[in-house]
Amino acid sequence: MHAAVVVFPGSNCDRDLAVAFEAAGAKVSMVWHKDTELPSGVDIVGVPGGFSYGDYLRCGAIAANSPICREVAAHAERGGYVMGICNGFQVLTETGLLPGALLRNAGLKYICKTVGLKVATSDSDFTSGYNAGAVIDIPIAHHDGNYYADSDTITELLAEDRVAFTYEDNPNGAQADIAGILSANRRVLGMMPHPERRADPVHGGTDGVALFRALAGALVTA
Amino acid sequence: MKARVHVMLKNGVLDPQGEAVRHALGAMGFDGVKGVRQGKVIELDLDAGVTEADVEAMCEKLLANTVIESYSVEMI
Repeated sequence: MHAAVVVFPGSNCDRDLAVAFEAAGAKVSMVWHKDTELPSGVDIVGVPGGFSYGDYLRCGAIAANSPICREVAAHAERGGYVMGICNGFQVLTETGLLPGALLRNAGLKYICKTVGLKVATSDSDFTSGYNAGAVIDIPIAHHDGNYYADSDTITELLAEDRVAFTYEDNPNGAQADIAGILSANRRVLGMMPHPERRADPVHGGTDGVALFRALAGALVTA
Repeated sequence: MKARVHVMLKNGVLDPQGEAVRHALGAMGFDGVKGVRQGKVIELDLDAGVTEADVEAMCEKLLANTVIESYSVEMI
């Protein structure tokens, strides 16, 4: 698996994500926001957490219109894999690769804690390493993680089994307790919680490892 | 030539910040505020020849997220 991790000004989980990919056996290339193409042979693009462009205007809005994001969108449109975590999820909704938007947390507070996350589907190359219905411990750290989409979109996501993760105890007001969703082709994942922060015993847990291992297993470089 | 863009959360999208402001006003003794919606105003200083339609395109592509926000453009 060859993973590219995008780095925006203000990204702060890019190296953590690279380490998690590498631990799963991936070759990792870091890609700068001004780059106009992805390295050749990239299987998956990771859009990391952080505060891209200082969260100016709206979280992820400026990043979604950066040069590299046009390439990330083209990669997804070719059927390539993309994974956005936290601010990366916000970027993917702003690009339109995933439906909906992330609003300010209902309690207005920035929340940084480990939460119980239910694996809502194991039917994706991101979640196949978990049993559907399993509850895993993964940290969240966000101010704008309150997932919103119109009711038709929520119905469609549920009907198509595209909700990847739900919160056991909804921390932010997200509709239908949604913590992460998949694209229609199940190759683009956006999630607010941080599996890369639960990917090594020194993190206090390894519940995030199965996600990276499942990806590495599915995306064996030919 | 300037344009003033008003961006508001759409009706039906919960505005927790507006709600917090409403609660604060009530706690301060300002009665009779039934609801507060908070948005933003963006002023653009434009070259001659930039049209209202151009500004609307800017709103669609960047200034507003039309999944959750509505906008209006005022040329001034």
